[in-house]
Amino acid sequence: MTDVRVAGVGLTSFGSHPGRTGRDLFAEAALRAFEDGDVDKSDVEELNYGNFMGALAEHQGHQAPLMAEAAGVRCPATRYESACASAGVAVREAVRTVAAGDADVVLAGGMERMTNLPTDEVTEGLAIAADDLFEVRAGVTFPGAYALMANAYFDAYGGGREDLAHVASKNHANAVPNEYAQYRREVSVDEAMDAPPVAEPLHLYDACPITDGASALVLVSAEYAERHGLDAPVAVTGTGQGTDRMALGDREHLARTPAADDAAAAAYADAGIDAGAVDVAEVHDCFTIAEVLALESLGLFEPGEGISAAREGITTADGDLPVNLSGGLKAKGHPVGATGGSQIAELTRLLRGDHPNSERVPDADVGVAHNAGGTVASAVVHVLEVAE
Amino acid sequence: MSDDGAADDGTAPTDRDHAEWLDALADGDGFAIVCPDGHGSLPPRRVCPDCGSPDLSREPLDETGTVETYSVVHVPSPRFADDAPYATAVADFGPTRLTGIVRGGDASDDPPSVGIGDAVTVDVGERETDGERLVVFRPVTSAGDD
Repeated sequence: MTDVRVAGVGLTSFGSHPGRTGRDLFAEAALRAFEDGDVDKSDVEELNYGNFMGALAEHQGHQAPLMAEAAGVRCPATRYESACASAGVAVREAVRTVAAGDADVVLAGGMERMTNLPTDEVTEGLAIAADDLFEVRAGVTFPGAYALMANAYFDAYGGGREDLAHVASKNHANAVPNEYAQYRREVSVDEAMDAPPVAEPLHLYDACPITDGASALVLVSAEYAERHGLDAPVAVTGTGQGTDRMALGDREHLARTPAADDAAAAAYADAGIDAGAVDVAEVHDCFTIAEVLALESLGLFEPGEGISAAREGITTADGDLPVNLSGGLKAKGHPVGATGGSQIAELTRLLRGDHPNSERVPDADVGVAHNAGGTVASAVVHVLEVAE
Repeated sequence: MSDDGAADDGTAPTDRDHAEWLDALADGDGFAIVCPDGHGSLPPRRVCPDCGSPDLSREPLDETGTVETYSVVHVPSPRFADDAPYATAVADFGPTRLTGIVRGGDASDDPPSVGIGDAVTVDVGERETDGERLVVFRPVTSAGDD
């Protein structure tokens, strides 16, 4: 197996980009990644691109060739769709392609344009990641599905809204110095508690925002990096993916995410580490409860113990295990099809030492990224390590 | 025409099995698809999603279900614009769980209070927004509200 390095990362700012096309957003991220990695884009052998709802948001299907030309690359280009894990699976296939020795340079990432749609249409669009016949027609929205999981969690393990408000407050605080983040302002626990309900028990600040944005990574073989004298100290050492029953009601447990358990186990085995080695994590906090479920699936906390991690200060920026130092989906933003790539871009910056929050984890060697689709019917986990 | 999917009652072609399942539910004959190992699922199925068995049969749902989780939705999709706020719940009906909207017997009870562990019956109702059919749970109370 070939050692896979993150040569370059590129992000657009996350937020509202009215009037900007998806192709322009992805081009910005891709060109920034080439510049960051000092990689010649003519060396790109494949483009793996994530997007979820472009057919609804921009009336644009078949986006991969469009994004290849926008980025100035001519190579096999494929769009990956796994709802909010679209970029995660795109990156995973890029990692596997380089690791297998099938390519030396792969461009991977994603893009989502969402703010051009009214909120109710975004709500409808996101809901198509659930089972149409048995969930959406029964009134399940995306926040509503996570709300069902939150109440099931509280019933099984305890905890409550205030614990979740601490997750929101933590991630908003982390986003303040991040130049790419959508909401660079602090939100207090009281403010989160007092916000209007979206789908009880989840309120406004339990939910990620609606976001436009793109992410791009240039993944290369270690041999390519060495041959071209690249500064690419971060390696992707583990990748794993899991799948569960589509509908929440068909899961073994309504307050756990076995697909992410499976993805984490596979990624840790691939990297030859266990959860205890993890120094820093970027997890899929589309809703505050989702961060709790992610921490437990990643084996960083036992089931039932993740709920208090933020409140007890374990996962805050100055805690023992900082989680979502980027601000997370919660405050940095969640351009659905770009998020999985964005998490790895942020983790790479944190481990390289050039993220605004790198000083919070100066000795971190091992990071984990957790990207989930739907109510975690899909999950992708990657392990990143400082290789040199 | 129904065999090639071109339904003449306005339902979308791919929804035929779902429409038949709702018909059964409305008639009080709600069923799950069950394999020899007892794994329950909802139609259409050619194999059991848990174990892959092709040996499937229809088994009746329990008459009352138990609410396992719920949420009161305040921000709906456009299809539920006039229904919000409403309570969505997942309830266990024996061979399988169902997801539906909780409604009381009284239209003013909107949304009705519901809790984990509550007993509910299942019925087919209509979406207020556009009249589309949907799975409705009704709380079982000692007073009898329906």
